[in-house]
Formats: sequence, C-alpha cells, structure tokens
Amino acid sequence: MMRRQIVSSSRVGRAPRAVFFLLASLVAFGWLFVGGAVAQGGGELRFCLRSEPKTFDPLKVDDDASESIRYLTGGVLVRMNRQTQALEPGLAESWEVSKDGRGIVFKLRSGIAFSDGTPFSAEDVAYTVQQLMDPALHSPTGDSFRSGPGKVETKIISPTQISITFPAAVAGLDRLFDQVAIVSAHSPKKEMAVLGPFVVADYKAGASVLLKRNPNYWKSDAQGRKLPYLDSIELDIQANRDVEMLRFKRGEIDLINSLDSEYFDKLAATSPQQVRDAGPSLDSEQMWFNEVAKAPIPAYKRAWFRSQNFRRAISEATNRDDLSRVVFHGHAQPAVGPVSPANKFWFNAKLKAEPYSPETALKTLQADGFHLDSGVLKDRDGNAVVFSIITNAGNKSREQMAVMIQEDLQKIGVHVNVVTLDFPSLIARMTQTFDYEAILLGLTNVDLDPNGEMNLWLSSSDNHQWNPQQKTPETAWEAEIDKLMRAQASSADAGKRKEAFDRVQEIVYEQAPFIFLINKNALSAVSTTVHGAHPVILHPQTFWNAEQLTVGK
Amino acid sequence: MTAWRRIACALLLLVVSVSLAANWLAPGGYARQYREVAGAPPSAAHWLGTDEIGRDRFARVLYGTRISLLLAPAAALLSTLMAAFVGGLAGYMGGIWARLAMAATDLFLSLPWLFLLITMRAVMPLNVSPMASVLVTFSMLGLLGWTSAARVLCARTRSLRDADFVRQARASGIRGMRLFWIHVMPNLKPALYAQFWISIPVFILSEANLGILGLGVAEPMPSWGSLLKELEGLTSIGEEPWKFVPLILLVVVVTLFQFVLSKQEEVAA
Repeated sequence: MMRRQIVSSSRVGRAPRAVFFLLASLVAFGWLFVGGAVAQGGGELRFCLRSEPKTFDPLKVDDDASESIRYLTGGVLVRMNRQTQALEPGLAESWEVSKDGRGIVFKLRSGIAFSDGTPFSAEDVAYTVQQLMDPALHSPTGDSFRSGPGKVETKIISPTQISITFPAAVAGLDRLFDQVAIVSAHSPKKEMAVLGPFVVADYKAGASVLLKRNPNYWKSDAQGRKLPYLDSIELDIQANRDVEMLRFKRGEIDLINSLDSEYFDKLAATSPQQVRDAGPSLDSEQMWFNEVAKAPIPAYKRAWFRSQNFRRAISEATNRDDLSRVVFHGHAQPAVGPVSPANKFWFNAKLKAEPYSPETALKTLQADGFHLDSGVLKDRDGNAVVFSIITNAGNKSREQMAVMIQEDLQKIGVHVNVVTLDFPSLIARMTQTFDYEAILLGLTNVDLDPNGEMNLWLSSSDNHQWNPQQKTPETAWEAEIDKLMRAQASSADAGKRKEAFDRVQEIVYEQAPFIFLINKNALSAVSTTVHGAHPVILHPQTFWNAEQLTVGK
Repeated sequence: MTAWRRIACALLLLVVSVSLAANWLAPGGYARQYREVAGAPPSAAHWLGTDEIGRDRFARVLYGTRISLLLAPAAALLSTLMAAFVGGLAGYMGGIWARLAMAATDLFLSLPWLFLLITMRAVMPLNVSPMASVLVTFSMLGLLGWTSAARVLCARTRSLRDADFVRQARASGIRGMRLFWIHVMPNLKPALYAQFWISIPVFILSEANLGILGLGVAEPMPSWGSLLKELEGLTSIGEEPWKFVPLILLVVVVTLFQFVLSKQEEVAA
C-alpha cells in the first residue's frame, strides 16, 4: 500500500505543470466544499410551530410548542433515544436508581458550561430539582415526580455527583429526567442560559422563534466535530395546516410533524421521497359512554352505558379495519387497547384488536335482554336504542369516523345521532355538566411509561373520563385497576410493573370503558434538502436528532 | 318579465324539479357508504364520484340541493313575516313604539350572529334527528335574519302612514288595525316580496357557512354547506374538479335568484 502511494506521488511529480495545478485546484476546491461545509455549519432548518409557545421556562412547559423549544434548547441529565426508546447518558455520564425506587445518584460530566459561559455543576441540578418540586411553581413536569407527601432531598456529593431522594418510590424515575432541562443556579440570564444544542436568539410574538447554535454545547460527533451541525432553526408560528402544507411544497419550510393522512397521500403522489410513515404512533382515537351517576340522561340509557355487554357489543359492531382504511387511507392500525403496539415494552402483546362482527354483537346484546324489533334494537323495556355521539367540529377524521360508526351500528339496529360541537362546548359537557351520551375524541400520549396515564385510570381522577371523581370505585373492575395502577407506580421492579399494567390492559379490553378505535401512524414530511433525518413515532418525530441534521442541496 | 328573468325562472324551476326527483335519480340514497370505492373519481356507477367515506356524491348533491333550496325559502318566509310584524307595526304606530322597536332591531343587528348560532347549537339537546337538525338550523337562521328587513319595512310603512290615501281613509273614520290591514298592508306587499326573495340566497349562503364550520345540518344528511366542506383540503382547482359541482351549483342558483329578484329590488328601493 505504502509503496503504491509513493509511486503514485512520483508520477505526479513528472506530470506537466498545468495538470499539476489543475489537480491541486480540484483538491483544494474539494476540501473547501466538504470541509468548509462543516466549518460553516449545517445551514438553517425551518419548520412550523402550531401554536404560540406559552413559556421559555423549561420547568413550566405545558404545551406542544414550548415542549419543542425545550427539547431543542434544554440540556437533560439522561435522554431517551426516540428511535430505540432506550435511555442514553446526557449531562450525566452515569446514574443509579436505588432499590426502593426512591433515590437516584447522578455522576455528571465535567467541564461543561451553559450557553452564556456559566459553568455547570451539581449545584445547578440541585437548584433545578428544588425549583421543579416547588409547589408554588406548579410545574407540570414536576407533577410526574410527586409520588407522596414530603420533601425531596438533594445532596451534593461533589461538583460532579449528586443524590436525589424522593419521599416515596417513583416508578420509572430515571426516564422522567428526560423531561427535566437543567437550569442555572447562578447565571444572570436565568432560564435563557441553556445546556442544549440551541439557544433562543430571537422571538417575534405571533410570528417566529429563532434558535441559534449553542457555542458551548458539550457534545461532539464520532469524528470529534462539535455538535450541532445546524447554524440555526427558524420556527414559524403557523396554526393553519393548509398553509403549512403549501409552505412545505414551496420549499419555505423543511419539515412537517404529524401530517394528516390525506396530505400525506397527496404529497406522496408528487414527491414520494419527501414523506415518511414511521408506523403506528402512541396516539389513539377512542369513543366512550357517559357512566356518570349524576349525568342528566335517562336512567335506562345510563343502564345501557353501564352494561359491559352493551359496551362490548358496540365495540364488536364497529369496523375498525374500515376506519383505518377509509378515514386514514391505511395510515392507521385498528387499536387494541390503551397502549399502542408502538410502545414496545408496555404493550400487552396477548391482546388483539376486536374483530368486526355484527352477529357476535347482537348475541352479546341478547344476553342483556336487547332484541331486534323490525330492524330497531330495543332494550327489555321496549326502549329503542338511540344515542348521540359528539365530537369536535372541524376535525374531519373524527367526523368521518363518527359517520362510519353511525352506519356500522345501524346494522345492529342502533340509531346514532352524530353531533359536532365547538371544542369549548364539548369540553364543558364532558367535564362540567356531563350532559352527553357518547364522545369520540383522541388521546395524545407523549409518555411511554404507564405513570403518565395515572390521571386517566384512577377512578378518583378528573380525567377518568367515563365516570370521573369517584369517591370510592363504583365497580369492582375499577377498584382492581386502581389497585394495579398504584402497585405499578410504587414498584421499582420493571417486571412486576409490566405484569400489573398488562392486567390493567386486559381489564380495559374486557370492560371496554373506552372503545379504542385506531392508532394513527406517525406521518411526517421531510424536505430532500434535510440530511440525517430519521422520523420516529415519538415526539418530536422529525427533529429528535436535530443536533445531527444538516440542511443543504 | 324580461327574457333573462324568464330563463332564470325556468332554470331555477329545473334545479328544484331535479332535486325533488332525487329518489328516482339516485335510488341508492345519500347515506349509503360504498367503502370499497371511497374517494373514487366519476364513473358510470357514481356520476360525480364518491366522497371520502364512499357516499355517492351525485346523490348527495341532489338531496343537498333539495334541503337547501326548500328550507332556505322557508327560513326566508319566517324572517319576512317577523320583519313585517316588527317593522310594519313599528312604522304604523310610530312614536315611542317605533323608536323602541328600532332600538331592539339595532340591538339584534349588533349581535355577532355566528357566535350566537354556535352558542345556540351548543345548548340545544344532543339527541335530535338529522331532519330535526335541518329544521332547527333554518329556523334559527330565519329567527335571526329579520332585522335588516324590519328596518326597510318600518321606513316603508312610515311613508305609507303619511300618504294621502291613508289620511283620506283615516278621515273617513277607518282606524286601528282595520286601517293597517286594508290600506297599509296591501301596499307593503311589493316590499315584502322583495325582502323574501332577497333573503333566500342570504340564507343559502349562511347555511353553507355554518356547514363549513360543522354546525349546520347533521350527518348523514347533506346540504350545500356540508358538501362545500369537501373543498377544504384542495390545493389546486385541477386536482379533483368534480368536487366543485356543489360550489358551481350554489353560485348558479344564487345568480339565478339575483336575476329573478332584480325587479323586486327595484320595487323595494
């Protein structure tokens, strides 16, 4: 090898001078083009936020837009890899959760500084945790850590080592730190001094947020080059999905997260290389009946809605395959239960989506005394089965699903009235007046861990939608769910937690308090000018690896 | 009647007749879902293709036309009668009554009717059949759409009240409601007809607007408003031109109404 290189070199030496200069120029140009691109950065990435960010304080984040900014600017101790769903070291080189699940010790990286140059140490972690758990701050991120009454103790072992102890066991404790962006205890810039790959450089209310590369970002790539590659990210605030799509087509923005199936297909027809279907997401669409005791609905209807057989029959008579195929153009999967198959660890693989069978549905209904009378389903007292499904006006896919369910249920003699309401009215009926019969809505799940669903499954919770705020569980199966959810939340044993949550999924499948319809696929659009993008199912789908993206032709 | 108005009347009659024959022209009905051919382009089986969940678009256009064209005049009738009652009586009685009635009219006019309709829809019972929702939607439009007409009719009645022939009738001893019904009301008829005809396209468009917001006629019943919702996601005219049929029909019908009522407007003016 060596010899061959020397021979080659001597040949160059004998070449005419003009050829030598030409080659030298080409090599120099090539070096400038490749090396220079890295030296100058990876360009500017542009995409849309669908609402105004409510805050830049990472501890107060409670909305998607602020969450996106926190993800891009915040430095975290551990980061969940959105592709593998595994935890990876961040600002902490390593960590260890105590056996009782109450404590965690982090060993931090040294020589790291915030974007304004303030050095990072264990003191910042302690400060962040104290702020996070301060009841006066009302931090939504902090709520996930509140496992029981009492104070959180932080102990700085050394500038690079800290121990945090919670009053009670916190399930999935290390994963929760993926959401905790460390803020500086000493920086005069407070929360605007960040440890993440980008820093907020400019904010025009109602128009855009400009992020620039953090010059002090600690991470480098495998070749030792400083990350991120991008110079900046321009986030335009744009709520209108049609406008977002048009701007993408014109090349004014580079990414679209959570693309509608209709837009996806249209874009795929013209630019198939720009669309990505990452498979089933964590998001689901579901329907449920009103089981609230004080709800202003007739007693006989409440009896139907509280009947397991009735709910199961409605589930059996709903053609989920058609919903996936027709409404979502095949970019959705029939839902099995509360956990999407995309959630690799927590999904109960023993469960299968309810097969469509109107015949089975009628048999199930007969067990409760329902019968068909001239094509109309009636209960044992002769009341015709008629109910309304409400959904939010303007949501095309939900309106279509409701109309398809209307026709499916017509086949078992059930008459459904589809009502679309503006969202505030719907929420008022759902949470305050309980004046509704059935609701069709979606559930956006951003957390893989079942702890994120505590507020949904506990019978005492406000968000236990079909029958919230129960003083004591009104049914045996709800009592069992309560017990299982509390058991998994207080255990540090992943196997035991999984066992408990598997059983929760089985109960929900059998009782059908929520009739899960479909899991939407994670659809996105990525311009061909963006390099290094690998869209995934978890938020943020397209820019989860923003530090490794580049933009250029 | 000019030739253009005759043609417009004939075409309107044709549209109404075809929509009334929907049962025979589209026997499959407007609600049946042909899910295997959802979103299909026009074919021999489905002349205008199918919508996104497989319903025959031709059938939906016919039934939607029937609903919008039959109920818009009903709403127009309701609003005109209310306008006649409020505006006519206020103009005839004059004085404090006229001022009070016109103040109430101004108050109604200043209400953001769209939000009012959304609120009314939100507090309505949920379990209403699609047909009932149609009646409710158009009734609401009728009940809220009388104000402008009331002002016109009030001014017209006021001028009639002071007309020589009314003074003469009053001098002959005719008073009160008898004077109103025998001498004033017959002279209000041209203005009433004009207001009626003018209101029809307004209500058609209002229902279409409500339909686009998802607050009009309940599914699966079609109306022009719900049919126009299909155009929401279109990014170019050439993409699926057959989806524009309801829009074209709406524009044509409203234009035809303009031709038909042009004479009436002159009378009202």
